[in-house]
Amino acid sequence: MTVELAIIGAGPAGMAAAVLAGELGLDTVLVDEQSSPGGQIYRAIERAEPDTPLGPDYLAGRPLAAALRESRVDYRPNTTLWHVDPDGTLFLENAGHTETVTARRILLATGAIERPVPIPGWTLPGVMTAGAAQTLLKTADLVPEGRVVLAGQGPLLYLVATQLARAGASPGAILETAPLDNYLDAARYLGSLWPGRRLLTRGLGLVAAIKRAGVPIRRGVRGIRAVGRRRVDRVAWEGGELAANYLLLHEGVIPNIQISLALQLRHEWDETQLCWRPALDAWGQTSLPNIAVAGDCGGIAGAEAAVLTGRLAALDAALWLGHIGEAERDSRARPIQAALDRERALRPFLDRLYRPTRSVMVPAEDDIIVCRCEEVSVGRIRRAARLGATGPNQLKAFTRCGMGPCQGRICGPVVAAIIADVHRRPIAEIGTYRPRAPFKPITVGALADLEIPRCAATTKGETTR
Amino acid sequence: MFRPRSEARRPTVAVTVEGFKIAVPVGASAAAAVLAAGLDSVRETVGGSERMPYCMMGVCFDSLAEIDDVPNRQSCMVEVQEGMRIRRQIGARRIHPAAG
Repeated sequence: MTVELAIIGAGPAGMAAAVLAGELGLDTVLVDEQSSPGGQIYRAIERAEPDTPLGPDYLAGRPLAAALRESRVDYRPNTTLWHVDPDGTLFLENAGHTETVTARRILLATGAIERPVPIPGWTLPGVMTAGAAQTLLKTADLVPEGRVVLAGQGPLLYLVATQLARAGASPGAILETAPLDNYLDAARYLGSLWPGRRLLTRGLGLVAAIKRAGVPIRRGVRGIRAVGRRRVDRVAWEGGELAANYLLLHEGVIPNIQISLALQLRHEWDETQLCWRPALDAWGQTSLPNIAVAGDCGGIAGAEAAVLTGRLAALDAALWLGHIGEAERDSRARPIQAALDRERALRPFLDRLYRPTRSVMVPAEDDIIVCRCEEVSVGRIRRAARLGATGPNQLKAFTRCGMGPCQGRICGPVVAAIIADVHRRPIAEIGTYRPRAPFKPITVGALADLEIPRCAATTKGETTR
Repeated sequence: MFRPRSEARRPTVAVTVEGFKIAVPVGASAAAAVLAAGLDSVRETVGGSERMPYCMMGVCFDSLAEIDDVPNRQSCMVEVQEGMRIRRQIGARRIHPAAG
């Protein structure tokens, strides 16, 4: 099967891009791993009730999902992209079967992941990310029972606290890790507060809601650790501790670049957001001519911005595929770009305020597990780096770090930061893991399912492609 | 454990977790079913430590489980269906359930 445009991921960027691409007449397929549209931020949005404890910002995803359902886009839920060739061939698994689709152009809208928070005890049952608890509320109306402590920083931490409170599972405390220096540094960007006032008002509203719910916020907390034998039973930090049945961690989000790395697109280290992201132009065009990126996968800017970058990428795809001319692309793009500027206005302020501390990037204690899959500690990674491992890929061979089921998705950023620290070089020079297919586990049956056109064609004496 | 919020009014489906029957809300993932069943861990690592799903969104692979006899499934990304059989994954996946 051949299509003009294949979009990977049905979050805000992917949904918005697909709807506009459909309107512009592009033959479009939208692939997504989940059973319904929404991505992580609007996960299970089609089941949301009007009075959901998740609140109005969550419900904002509804019209997007509805527009996607009404569009003529070939939307494929429950479908996992397990390999992609740079020429545009996608290997898709659905219900144990593989299908290949060839796309003239690909738009990656794979969103963001939560930054790993490697503290002592983070592998104990009872410790999960704030986003994980939110996902349980979104998809299944489930809340953690017992005493819940949230720790870290960033808008999502406060959002999850208010949502849990509304759902009748009010957290016992929020331990905020943003150091005072961050507040001072962010203050240099006060100029962005007025253009970013809408987002700012929302943030202040969250903090007010937390206070109304009676959740104590402790600021400037350092040295957080999860303590317990078989599971977490308390949270300790420098100068205090609390009983906890659940510890929910969050230190912001970073681009989900597993597929863009596998495609060997050019990536850049973002020193402000402290993450890797694919190098993009203003339309989301990557270093490969037939591949673009939209949404948080290209740099963290939030769901509203993701919708806008999705639309810009759809317009550029329409030009690239010959559906519209340059003048039409540019005139349609102008209001979108203006809205995007407004949406991004508060970012410089937020990025400084919620910049993770050094201990999140490079955990101090040698016995902290970094690679959750192969159970490789900070100390072993440091030793391997001292022995001469110059980058994450070489360090794999030394320690098996990053060779477990998650393929380095979780440990990647931490491993690179530790190596950079040992060699006293910038992370930008250390690089990333090079992920390989299959991106997700597939059965041998799904692999055997592949039609191999080249062999078939050869027997018929035809040339391929 | 994870419990339904008090005002939850979703219909449920019946699945089995480690052989025990449990009703879980429609739309829940198989990983959510394990947590709702009162279990703290979905998988054990190759080193033998118990793990609760960390991210619930398909990144950490700490929700690997055996679902309807297929091992190595990311149970946080699989929606429950009536009659689904979910088992925790202990250590590395088996190549085939029959291979032991």
